[in-house]
Amino acid sequence: MTRKPAHELSAEGLTLAYDGRPVISELTLTIEPGAVTVIVGANGCGKSTLLRGLARLLKPVAGEVRLDGRQLRREPGRRLARVLGILPQSPVAPEGVTVRDLVARGRHPHQRFMQTWSSADAAAVATALRSTGLEPLAHRRVDELSGGQRQRAWIAMALAQDPDILLLDEPTTFLDVMHQLEVLDLLHEANRTRGTTVVMVLHDLNLAARYADRLVVMAGGGVLAEGAPRDVISTELVREAFGLDARIVDDPVCGAPMVVPISRTHGAVA
Amino acid sequence: MTASVARAALAPADGERRHRSRRHSTVTAVLALLLIALTVGGLLAGPFGVGIEELLRLVTGAASGATEFVVVTLRMPRLALGALVGAALALAGALFQTVLRNPLASPDIIGVSQGAVAAAAAGMLLFGLSGAPLALMAFAGAVTVAAAISLIAGRGRAAGYRFVLTGVGAAFFLQACTGFLLTRGEVREVQQALVWMVGGLSGAAWPDVAVLAGAFTVLVTAAALTARPLRILQLGDDAAAGLGVRADRARPMVLAVGVALAAVAVAFAGPMVFVAFISAPIVRRLLGDGSLALVPTALFGAALVLAADLVAQYAIPGAQLPAGIVTGLIGAPYLLWLLATRRGGSS
Ligand SMILES: Nc1ncnc2c1ncn2[C@@H]1O[C@H](COP(=O)(O)OP(=O)(O)O)[C@@H](O)[C@H]1O
Ligand SMILES: [Mg+2]
Repeated sequence: MTRKPAHELSAEGLTLAYDGRPVISELTLTIEPGAVTVIVGANGCGKSTLLRGLARLLKPVAGEVRLDGRQLRREPGRRLARVLGILPQSPVAPEGVTVRDLVARGRHPHQRFMQTWSSADAAAVATALRSTGLEPLAHRRVDELSGGQRQRAWIAMALAQDPDILLLDEPTTFLDVMHQLEVLDLLHEANRTRGTTVVMVLHDLNLAARYADRLVVMAGGGVLAEGAPRDVISTELVREAFGLDARIVDDPVCGAPMVVPISRTHGAVA
Repeated sequence: MTASVARAALAPADGERRHRSRRHSTVTAVLALLLIALTVGGLLAGPFGVGIEELLRLVTGAASGATEFVVVTLRMPRLALGALVGAALALAGALFQTVLRNPLASPDIIGVSQGAVAAAAAGMLLFGLSGAPLALMAFAGAVTVAAAISLIAGRGRAAGYRFVLTGVGAAFFLQACTGFLLTRGEVREVQQALVWMVGGLSGAAWPDVAVLAGAFTVLVTAAALTARPLRILQLGDDAAAGLGVRADRARPMVLAVGVALAAVAVAFAGPMVFVAFISAPIVRRLLGDGSLALVPTALFGAALVLAADLVAQYAIPGAQLPAGIVTGLIGAPYLLWLLATRRGGSS
């Protein structure tokens, strides 16, 4: 498989607001091409809002989102969708739709006006189903799947879309640990084999530290810290971002920094 | 739910897929056959007896003049008008319900049909209109109300939901306007207006059919062009935007096609309530494959109106009712059926 071209996605002085109330203010950030970037931060700090802004779902109040230096909102939708894809948090599939049908809809940006299903479309769908292990479930209804299987179906749709940059909002919510790892491994694999730039919001700081090449820590609608997990994570940062006292140790499995929280009950042990 | 999961788990996956797509073609074929049967039935039924052989002789040009008059001038345009009106209403409902993601969002529930009725009532009772000017007035009423609803509902997030709420409000307001006009009108004119307001196919003639068929062809082409982005919009505004379909651009286009389809249908045959409301949900429930099902929905709507018209003409001997009375009667059992067969999830 050919590697993806390196596209640079960046926010410059980006301000995003709902009904005139700013949530993200004057944020500047460059997403490293070809890397896995994970956005973390306390609830309500604006992670989803930032992701939606980066994916052109929210119009900036001020500042710009740029793709390779060009203003995102000037790009035509369908061409942009071949470069930049987003999987929103908890998307809803139409009632009765099958896994294969859902995954096939990911090919929309690649289909020209009035053009029918191509062999490239079929190949992309087959690859997406295979790499997500969904081949045996391809003909099942999405609304009859388990949470983990359903999430894999949506990721398969994103893989069929095959954008160069894939944004995902909490792709592991509502999944148990085993299925969280399964989804993250899938995305890691897509990044390493296809060269897809992955940007995702995760709520689990330790999984974020494990899977991220770059970590973006947000607080109060801005970026608190950005960089490799080992350079970024510190007790001060965890306290500032999450209001949490913690010790940082080495993850015994992969050596990534691991945040072990200190709670009122268990603080004395430390 | 658990039973269907178990069934899906037990069935060989490939076989099940074939089963599903076979179901889609089977349902479509059955609906097409039903439509043909209703058409033939409509040609044969009635006090002026026409037999099958007589019908065949008509094709070879050997039938009597009276038969030719009854079949070609009276019955055929009525059937053609009914089929076109039914298909247009059903498609309009399918487009509305899909793009607004709400089973209540049908032109006959959210004010579009009521706009046509209010305008037609004004045309008949205030200006004494009939025929083509009346149809034009009804069409203009539907389009104006739809435009007003979308202006009031605005754009942006939750615009679809606001559109439905505004529309339901508009429907009540317009009904009040129509009621006011009716209480002020002359009795004879009011009687005539009431018949129009139910909706029916009596008095159908070839020129009407030609105009409707022309409009229908244009609008069905437009609907077919919106089908692809519509399938993407089914995934939600955000996911659709990620796939290059902007809801704020695609939604008004789909709604415009839906409004036009509903407006021409109502202009020619009156509101015929519930045809737009029930067709797509019933067909999609029969198919159960998450497809838009525009073709089977159009066939269903056409068959529904022809069946309703047959019942309305011949159910009570000696009394010819407007077909809209019969479609109106379907509403209550339909809602009960919807409740009874509703799946566990919310959608
Ligand atoms: N659609 C919306 N309308 C208005 N306010 C919103 C909307 N979505 C999010 N917000 C507000 O914006 C802030 C940031 O939300 P969000 O980006 O979802 O945070 P996070 O994803 O980090 O939990 C919150 O205060 C939230 O209440
Ligand atoms: Mg969020």
